[in-house]
Amino acid sequence: MTQPKIIVVGGGLAGLMATIRAAEAGVPVDLFSIVPVKRSHSVCAQGGINAAKNQKGEGDTTDKHFDDTIYGGDFLANQPLVKRMCEAAPGIIDLLDRMGVMFNRTSEGLLDYRRFGGTLYHRTAFAGATTGQQLLYALDEQVRRHEAEGKVRKFEGWTFLSTVIDEGRICRGICAMDLRTMEVKTFAADAAIFATGGIGAIFGRSTNSVVCTGSAQSALFQQGVDYANGEFIQVHPTAIPGEDKLRLMSESARGEGGRVWVPRNPAEKRRPKDVPEAERFYFLEEWYPKYGNLVPRDIATRAIHRIVYQEKLGLDGQAAVYLDVTQIPRETLKRKLEGILEIYEKFLGVDPREEPMKVFPGMHYTMGGIWVNGEDQASNVPGIYAAGECEYQYHGANRLGANSLVSCIFGGGLAGAAASKYAKNLERGAASTSSAAFDAEKKRQEKKNQKLLSQDGSENPITIWRELGDVMTEHVTVTRINKNLEAADAKLRTLQERYKKINLSDRTKWSNQTLNFARELENMLILARVITLGAVARNESRGAHYKPDFPDRDDANWLKTTRAKWVNCDIQLTYEPVDVTLIKPRARRYDAVK
Amino acid sequence: MAETKQVIIRVKRQAGPKEPARWEDFSLKWRPSMNAIICLRDIAENPVTRDGKKTTPITYDSNCLEEICGSCAMLINGKARMACSALVDHLEQPIRLEPMSKFPLVRDLAVDRQFMFESLKRVKAWIPIDGTYDLGEGPRVSPEVQEKGYPLSNCITCGNCLEVCPQVNEHNQFVGAAIISQVRLFNMHPTGAMNKRERLEALMGPGGIQECANAQNCVHACPKGIPLTESIAEVNRDAWKQALLGWLLG
Ligand SMILES: Cc1cc2nc3c(=O)[nH]c(=O)nc-3n(C[C@H](O)[C@H](O)[C@H](O)COP(=O)(O)OP(=O)(O)OC[C@H]3O[C@@H](n4cnc5c(N)ncnc54)[C@H](O)[C@@H]3O)c2cc1C
Ligand code: SF4
Ligand code: FES
Repeated sequence: MTQPKIIVVGGGLAGLMATIRAAEAGVPVDLFSIVPVKRSHSVCAQGGINAAKNQKGEGDTTDKHFDDTIYGGDFLANQPLVKRMCEAAPGIIDLLDRMGVMFNRTSEGLLDYRRFGGTLYHRTAFAGATTGQQLLYALDEQVRRHEAEGKVRKFEGWTFLSTVIDEGRICRGICAMDLRTMEVKTFAADAAIFATGGIGAIFGRSTNSVVCTGSAQSALFQQGVDYANGEFIQVHPTAIPGEDKLRLMSESARGEGGRVWVPRNPAEKRRPKDVPEAERFYFLEEWYPKYGNLVPRDIATRAIHRIVYQEKLGLDGQAAVYLDVTQIPRETLKRKLEGILEIYEKFLGVDPREEPMKVFPGMHYTMGGIWVNGEDQASNVPGIYAAGECEYQYHGANRLGANSLVSCIFGGGLAGAAASKYAKNLERGAASTSSAAFDAEKKRQEKKNQKLLSQDGSENPITIWRELGDVMTEHVTVTRINKNLEAADAKLRTLQERYKKINLSDRTKWSNQTLNFARELENMLILARVITLGAVARNESRGAHYKPDFPDRDDANWLKTTRAKWVNCDIQLTYEPVDVTLIKPRARRYDAVK
Repeated sequence: MAETKQVIIRVKRQAGPKEPARWEDFSLKWRPSMNAIICLRDIAENPVTRDGKKTTPITYDSNCLEEICGSCAMLINGKARMACSALVDHLEQPIRLEPMSKFPLVRDLAVDRQFMFESLKRVKAWIPIDGTYDLGEGPRVSPEVQEKGYPLSNCITCGNCLEVCPQVNEHNQFVGAAIISQVRLFNMHPTGAMNKRERLEALMGPGGIQECANAQNCVHACPKGIPLTESIAEVNRDAWKQALLGWLLG
């Protein structure tokens, strides 16, 4: 038998962990990534990573972590695998610690933990205010070590275009494009793991990095890989508005004591510092006395929208509220929040240690993603696995802060091990697949490029993308109304029509970013429709999905997973039950004891 | 009505490594909090030069847009810095954008910094763990070591410190300050220290630490404020100690 081989697409936390596990299992890996893996979006994560280590004597347990995650996710997540993740979390922290992550320490030299949203425990390990960067680097270093030993080959600066699926509907490899030479090439592999991250670009501006377009997920979807719970989009309550990006102000600012407020008087003209306590409205603390500033994200986001749009209390009549850390001792700010405060200072030119920050909710995370089974991260197409933010498994209808990094590492590890096992046990490996399937896929993709490069039209891809972002942000984020969602879908369809007439302002064949972007845009438009149609159909409110016309959670009709399928080149929504065998669904209320 | 404010950008263009370089000027509409990346995006949406000629969008690298991924380093008004945090209002116009000069050019403002990743391999910049299976907690680390190590581990591999270093040139293979600082980081960690010798040795051949001529440009160019000269001094001491010891023990 020939040596099995695995392809990993994406080198964020999930992809790197998958790579390490496969290399450890003795299966060589080809690792593909648009950006050098060390520059993946995971570097942006600031706040921390959850694990119930109970190191503060609070009686925290992995069961409580499990319960918080399920409850926070409004009971939409399949429970058994979430339980396994919470149980594995303390071991994951140990592993990262052994890899040399510079976590913050207590005076005893143990890891320090902070509080995050949606829990009452100090459960979040952190490395300054750049935890994601630190964790990504640790995994990047381990992968580099495997690379130096010849177990991993990196293809950085390549973009995934599609998979190669044989006549038996089994994945036998991928088709990718070198972003310098613009060459399209196929690569055989016995299994492919996708860890391509978030989809922020579909919403135009978000807290995500530039390459988080969801293009890979959409390409997979169009090849028959199902996409689940697309309508669940997390909007982070505290982002710094910006024209190019909504830069996140991490929940850790509130975890360390930051308070959200607006002046009670909408006509307030004094500087924030000069507004007396009694004239400040700490609305989260008033409305949710138990969790206060640390209510889950969907709740905080809607509260801020209510303050701005209904109570008309936005700062200076604008869409912004204060996030105030000025009362926290300077020394604590320096030790625990320096990184994120620097971001504010750098991009706004205002010192947040002196003056409260102005923030507003911004699109942040997708709970939905590639459908995978509840066992080992396998999709519905044999040989295709997914892990990290690009899949849907762990966060239900709303993700808790600091739970993504742990799910990326857990899911990535699981996928790496499972895909290795699958590859080793394949009766007929990819090497024996006829070259016809590979040639056909390559031709199909080359044709697309040729068409884009040669066609004359009147539409600019960036303009279409801006309009896509605007319509998605306006109608498919915080508050969803069926009439508007339907209008949004109609708009998406016209954008798809206009897309057919795009004209590339760059037709060269060397490092042509315009061509790549145009390809991604086509995929983004399709995924945008999956999200929107899922939202239209779901007539209830659950977690991040909020419809004022259907304000309650409706377990009788909607305790089910949306599973979108690509049938005859169109989107079809199907549903399947949620596995709630471990914790019985109960009402989710953060204004009262749970 | 007040005239709308304009931003004038001058970009050094080069279609590929072997193509001739040329300059193009662009005039963009000013908005508050504009940075260099926003300018490049404006140009991509409407690639027309200041004198009305149609051109192609500019190729450049970016990802995080918050100065943490290290992608977008370039020369802005002659200074090596990150484009995403270069605020237009703080820059003199015309704003000149050029690719970094110490790395192979790809196209326009994009360069290839693979050399840095290869150097990380050379110095074994990792903790040699036995495996990812459960082996319990890591070694205890004092807050003091953490507070020293954490800033070092903030290096985003942007390459600015190499760009400004006179010793990084076509005549040698100097790994540069970033890599030396990484050696210090890994040698500081209780487990990493077990391979301290190997890392120091890797820094002693051609392109190693002895190439440093103490110009101290690196520390001023680092967007992360990493104490690079301190790292170089410390690693240098350790390397000498090791060399001397080797010589004494013959
Ligand atoms: C600002 C911010 C702060 C956050 N803070 C936290 C936090 O404190 N705690 C927490 O738990 N979570 C946090 N999150 C969420 C978390 O960071 C992400 O969900 C997580 O990092 C995603 O990791 P990933 O491995 O799935 O993907 P990513 O890190 O996004 O990596 C995706 C990879 O896929 C590659 N890729 C994508 N498309 C293609 C393609 N077509 N071809 C080839 N390669 C491709 C990319 O190059 C990249 O290597 C935060 C998110 C943001 C935006
Ligand atoms: S040390 Fe500083 S300047 Fe050098 S690569 Fe790292 S972050 Fe950039
Ligand atoms: S885009 Fe990441 S550092 Fe500028």
